Amino acid sequence: MTAFTSHFAFEFRTGIRNKNLLLMNYLFPLGLYVMMSLIMPGINPLFQATIIPSMITFGILASTLLGLPDPLVQAREAGIFRSYKINGVPALNILLIPALSTILHILVVATIITITAPIFFDAPLPVNLPVFALIVVGTAVALSGLGILIGVISPNARLTVLYSQVIFLPSMIIGGVMLPYSMLPPVAAKVALLLPSTYAMNAFNSLAMGGTADFYAWGGLLTLFVGGLTAFILAWYLFRWDSQNTGSRRHPVLALLAFVPYATWLLIV
Amino acid sequence: MMSEAMIEVKNFSKRYGAFTAVDDISFTVYRGEIFGLLGPNGAGKTSTLESLEGLRPPDGGVLRVAGIDPAAEPGKLRNAIGVQLQSGGLPASITADEAMKLFCAYHGVAPRFDLLDRLGLKEKRNVEFQGLSTGQQRRLALALAVAHEPPVVFLDEPTAGLDVASRVELHSLMRELKEKGTTIILATHDMAEAEAMSDRVAILLQGRLVTVDTPLAITATGAGLTKISVNTRAAFLLNNHHTFPAVNQQLVKEEYAIYFSTNIGQTVAALISTIEAEGDELLDLRVERPSLEDRFLELTNGGTQ
Repeated sequence: MTAFTSHFAFEFRTGIRNKNLLLMNYLFPLGLYVMMSLIMPGINPLFQATIIPSMITFGILASTLLGLPDPLVQAREAGIFRSYKINGVPALNILLIPALSTILHILVVATIITITAPIFFDAPLPVNLPVFALIVVGTAVALSGLGILIGVISPNARLTVLYSQVIFLPSMIIGGVMLPYSMLPPVAAKVALLLPSTYAMNAFNSLAMGGTADFYAWGGLLTLFVGGLTAFILAWYLFRWDSQNTGSRRHPVLALLAFVPYATWLLIV
Repeated sequence: MMSEAMIEVKNFSKRYGAFTAVDDISFTVYRGEIFGLLGPNGAGKTSTLESLEGLRPPDGGVLRVAGIDPAAEPGKLRNAIGVQLQSGGLPASITADEAMKLFCAYHGVAPRFDLLDRLGLKEKRNVEFQGLSTGQQRRLALALAVAHEPPVVFLDEPTAGLDVASRVELHSLMRELKEKGTTIILATHDMAEAEAMSDRVAILLQGRLVTVDTPLAITATGAGLTKISVNTRAAFLLNNHHTFPAVNQQLVKEEYAIYFSTNIGQTVAALISTIEAEGDELLDLRVERPSLEDRFLELTNGGTQ
C-alpha cells in the first residue's frame, strides 16, 4: 500500500468513524432527504421533480461546508500537522486526501438518493446519467475546495462555523436548493451567482433532468470545476503547519479570490 | 565509539520578535550518544528541538542533523530523524495499527507491528488514539518515532505518564537503540532519568547554554556538598538544634534530619557521638553524593531562573 492510498483509506474510514463526520456525511443529508421527500411534495408539488438534485446538493453542502473544515482546524491546533511534517506527509496530501475521501462519501450518498428516490418518493430519474454524475462531481469539487479553504484560513473552531455558515445558509435559501433561481428577486439572484450551489442546480435541472436553464449551464458547470481548483490552490498557498506560526505573510483575506470565478458571472448574467 | 558528529549546533540563535529564546549556543552530539537536554520551562529547549527537527528556521548560526541542514533540506531530514512529540500528534480516530501503517508508508518502510507488541500495545492495536491512556499514547508515539530506524531520535519527555514497567521497557529500548548506533536527544524534566540514561547532558537557562558534560562531571563540579540523612528512635536531632562540623546547611524532612556537609567523615563522626551521648539510638544513616537534580537546581537557582 502506498503512502497515499494508506492515508486515503484512513481518511475515508474517519468519515464514518468520527461521529461528527458521520452526521454530516450521511445521517444529516439522508435524514433530511427522507423528511423533505415526505413533506415537501405536499406543500410544493414542483419539488418532487427536483428531489434528487436538490437533496444531493444539500448533502454536498453539509459534507463539505459543515464536515470538512473543522477536522483541519482541530488537527492544526492539536499539532497533528507538525507531526505529519516531521514524518514527511506533504501539505498537498493533508489538503487533498480529506477532500477526495469526502467526495467519495458524497458519491455514496448521491447513489443512495438516486436509487431510492424513484422507488420511495416517485421522483424522476435524471435523463442523462453521465452528465448527472459529472455535475455531482463538479459540485463536490467546488464545495470541497471551499471547505478545505475554510479549514485552512480559520483560526479556531468558532470562526470555522461562522465562515461555513456564511456560505451554507445562503446556499440553502437562495442557492437553488429550496427555490428555483428564476423565482429569486433581482438582488438575491445577483448574490446567488456567488454561490456554487446555484450553478449546480442550474446544471442539474437543465443538463441532467431535462428542464430549462436559467443561464448557460455548461459554462456554469465549468465554473464549478474552476472554482474548486482555485479554492484548492488558494488553500495550498495559505496552508500553515501549525497555529503558532502567526506571522504568516500570506493574509487569509486572499481566500476571497476563490469567489472570482463565480463573480465573473455577474458581468454575464 | 562516539566519534562521528550526528548533531552540530554552532552559534545557534532563535528569536520571536524582540524576545530571544535561544542565544548563541553551540554543542555537538555524537553517533550512539544519549544526550540529555535539560532546562527549566522557557530555557529554550523546545525552540532548539523544533529547529533541529526542521519545524522552525534558525535566526542565526548553523544546524546540522546527520549532515543535513534541517531548514534547507526537509525532504532529506525526514528519514534521518524520528521524533516522539510531547503530546498529541495523531488524529483522535486513528488506531495504533493504522498509525503504524501510515507513518511507515510515508517513510517507505514496512510497518513495525512488533514494536507495538514490545511496547505493551499488543491488545490496543485496534484501539483509536483517543481511547488510549496517556502512557499508551506516549508509547505509540515512541514506536512511530523509531519504526523507520532513523539515525537520530528526539524524545520529548518520553516517560511522562508511564508506569514503572513501561519506563523500564522504554529505557531498555533506548539502550538497545544506542547500542545500534542511534543518537538520542532526550529532553526531560526527570533528572533521575537524565542522569541514569544520558552519556552527556546540556543545561539551558534563559536561552543560554550553562554547561555540557557527563552527569558525573557536572555533579562533581558543584559546591561539593554531600547529603547526610539521619533518623533516630527518639528523634533527638529533630527536636534539638545542634551544630555539627563541616555542615553548610541543614533541614528536616519527615522523620529525617538532613545535613549538607563538605567533610563526610567529620560530620558523621560528630553525629554518631552526639546521638550516643544523648542516649538516642541510630535507626538509619544515609550518605548520598549530590544528584544531577541537586546540581541542576544549583545551576539554575532552583530551576526558576
